[in-house]
Amino acid sequence: MMRDWKKVCPLEEIPRLGSRQVKTASGMIALFRTVDDEVFALHDECPHKGGPLSQGLVAGKVVTCPLHSWKIQLENGAAVAPDKGCAKVYPVKVEGGVVWIAL
Amino acid sequence: MKKQKLVMVGNGMAGCRTLEELLKLAPDLYEITVFGAEPHPNYNRILLSPVLAGEMKFDDIVLNDLAWYRDHGITLHLGKKVVKIDRKAQKVVTEDGATAVYDRLLLATGSSPIILPIPGNDLPGVLAYRDIADTEAMIQAAQSYKRAVVIGAGLLGLEAANGLALRGMDVTVVHLADWIMERQLDKTAADLLQKSLEAKGLKFLLGKQTEMLKPGANGRVGAVRFKDGGEIPADLVVMAVGIRPNIELAKRALLHCNRGIVVSDTMQTFDPKIYAVGECAEHRGVTYGLVAPLFEQAKVCANHLAQMGIAQYRGSLTSTKLKVTGIDVFSAGDFMGGPHTEEITLSDPVGGIYKKLVLQGNRLVGAVLYGDTADGAWYFQLMKDGQDIHEIRDHLMFGQHHIGDAGHAGQNKAATMPDSAEVCGCNGVCKGDIVKAIKEHGLFTLEDVRKYTKASSSCGSCTGLVEQILASTVGGAYQPAATHDKPMCSCTEHSHGAVRAAIREHKLLSIPAVMKFLDWKTPNGCASCRPALNYYLISTWPHEAEDDPQSRFINERAHANIQKDGAFSVVPRMWGGLTTPAELRAIADVAEKYRVPTVKMTGGQRIDLLGVKKEDLPKIWADLGKAGLVSGHAYGKSIRTVKTCVGAEHCRFGTQRSMDMGVKLEKMLFGMWAPHKVKLAVSGCPRNCAEAGIKDVGVIGVESGYEIYVAGNGGIKTEVAQFLCKVKSDEEVKEYTGAFLQLYREEGFYLERTCHFVARVGLDYVKSIVVDNAERRKELYERLLYALQGYEDPWAKAVATRSKEYEVLEVTI
Repeated sequence: MMRDWKKVCPLEEIPRLGSRQVKTASGMIALFRTVDDEVFALHDECPHKGGPLSQGLVAGKVVTCPLHSWKIQLENGAAVAPDKGCAKVYPVKVEGGVVWIAL
Repeated sequence: MKKQKLVMVGNGMAGCRTLEELLKLAPDLYEITVFGAEPHPNYNRILLSPVLAGEMKFDDIVLNDLAWYRDHGITLHLGKKVVKIDRKAQKVVTEDGATAVYDRLLLATGSSPIILPIPGNDLPGVLAYRDIADTEAMIQAAQSYKRAVVIGAGLLGLEAANGLALRGMDVTVVHLADWIMERQLDKTAADLLQKSLEAKGLKFLLGKQTEMLKPGANGRVGAVRFKDGGEIPADLVVMAVGIRPNIELAKRALLHCNRGIVVSDTMQTFDPKIYAVGECAEHRGVTYGLVAPLFEQAKVCANHLAQMGIAQYRGSLTSTKLKVTGIDVFSAGDFMGGPHTEEITLSDPVGGIYKKLVLQGNRLVGAVLYGDTADGAWYFQLMKDGQDIHEIRDHLMFGQHHIGDAGHAGQNKAATMPDSAEVCGCNGVCKGDIVKAIKEHGLFTLEDVRKYTKASSSCGSCTGLVEQILASTVGGAYQPAATHDKPMCSCTEHSHGAVRAAIREHKLLSIPAVMKFLDWKTPNGCASCRPALNYYLISTWPHEAEDDPQSRFINERAHANIQKDGAFSVVPRMWGGLTTPAELRAIADVAEKYRVPTVKMTGGQRIDLLGVKKEDLPKIWADLGKAGLVSGHAYGKSIRTVKTCVGAEHCRFGTQRSMDMGVKLEKMLFGMWAPHKVKLAVSGCPRNCAEAGIKDVGVIGVESGYEIYVAGNGGIKTEVAQFLCKVKSDEEVKEYTGAFLQLYREEGFYLERTCHFVARVGLDYVKSIVVDNAERRKELYERLLYALQGYEDPWAKAVATRSKEYEVLEVTI
């Protein structure tokens, strides 16, 4: 299946170790940027109680939910054990300094 | 790089914990081989008593199953005994001739039970109580025989006796000393304990020395005979008279041994390639038989095996708890006391409560608790920290709750709480959930319990209760870490105090610089250490250190409080709780314009607009700003409010102009970040309508000036503020208040409220600087004013810079 890539924003509009919210037809998505400029995208809802992951604190490749401090892995959306749950992951790529997302 | 070879001899709790700690630090450094003499993977030896008592099964107490060894690439040889260490060739040899070479060798051979050297000690039906095989043999014996004799009334002996009694046997405990558990309890506590065990059906024979075990008609043990000529019948004899470190292997390899294998503070034996941990090791002349010290050793040993080389083991203070359901006994430290100690005792023999605290100077050095052990963990912490207790001495006996540090009033008997009782009110966790998690997952630390159950992980007020449940479930294996050298979080070995000192002494100015200087273990920390580091940097080096928004919790980054649905709240500042019609009109206007669903009065005399969308925040702030309203910092670890009463301005009783004083203080402190939130109040007379008695700083006007109170708290831990001093002028109120808060800002640990800070350092210390030392006071005050110089309203700044923080990106189809 062909992926439907959408252009989002220049990379520098996402702060390092930070995130941006993206409104899409499939709901709110959180874009994260690591210290090494890797970018990840997750459905902006914590599997625990729906907290906005985009507002969390990013360290390594993990975001800590601002509501109850669940830790969610950016690469696969899974909660760090012993918590259990998963946020949906969206494919992202950075080309020529621009972030793209596949919905 | 070729992996080095690590061989471990002994597959018990200390050894496996060392491997776990090592794998956390350096997962790929070693190729690991483990030799275990028992045919089982590592299990939780301290839970053998519940297995014997029929409360748990063997499978429940396995700590590392075979999959764990496999998943970590560890080669495991079960049922294989190592008989020789060839130190020259760096290899070990097993009974059946197999060998394994090593670069590093870890000896964790544990200990063996002492078998009394008396005739008949090898008869069938004579057992020690050490491993699962012994436990199973005892369970089996209980099925076909009636009379059991347990020799030794120590911790293990009593647990064995209790288990056998629960399995239907008629049990007599024989003990050499004049009272039971004489190495943990004084006579009064021991007598109470004996009485309650007798009520459970156990019989005791004290001051009796066993001379021989006589065979019965069936060739099995039949009777126990004493030196004094007496004799009692027995079908099962369990010897629980102590343990002896297993050092034969080390001795044969000519490693220096006394009672145990002698190790240094780095857990190294006299051969630097060989380490030893656990019951087989002797450190500074002491061998340990409880789990907690072994875990501390494991941590240190792993640190050195991982080639980090910074940890040091300095010996452990140990505490004891008996795991007999329904009986609470606790003992720690020098519980007998001596010529240089003083004792405080509380004795209620009818109520079944006895407590003795042993003091030396101003320190608590020992404790025995019987019947109510709720405060055991707290006393133990005071002992470990060596805390000066003279300020709380008169309340000490009544426990932590009485000091006001426990939160949950009245609930202080963890052992007798029903499983359905709610422990953690924030996360709805019941006692049963906690006990189940501890048992199922083999948890030993408060952190682990928090991770698995969430209990006490939110507001923390039930921490003491969770610690008690942990202690009563795992017994003496639970040992709280000394608070002052507790690492900040799992990203580092360094404590809050050490990190603060490094930032100050080496003028570190950014989070990456701190992490590099202190060898942080994670590349960019975690959600718990980064906000702390950010605060330490900006409070130590104002105007110089980098303030990193990405290291602040969302509320401080967005200058608004996040709500459960992801919306935010807006609280404009009302200086001293005062407002004007124009301000109120502006607030009403934004509430209507942006359809704010809820408008509420806060507890700090201002107005909260709740349910605001993040992207609307700058627009609302811009409108409010036009009316002169600025951020109320209701979201920060910062100055919150200065609550005031109407005071001498209007009140017929008022002695001082409290509104004016409150406004002055709030203006002075605007934008002050702190280890935690800071709330003040100013009352115009001792009727204290502003409730200054529960504030971080409370000022009460009197005819002749002001009284200043500090370290009060109206939240989780209701705490009455303590009197600091009396001053005459408004300027002095500002100076003393500022100096106290700056001391807290400079020396408090992140997330420590003033009440915790003052409890830690002592009010006398605070007074010695803020009240008695005019020079230090002025310096502190000046440093505070310097730090706050030029602080801009963060809302106006966000509006002016059109911060992207609040913008939502959009992708259209």
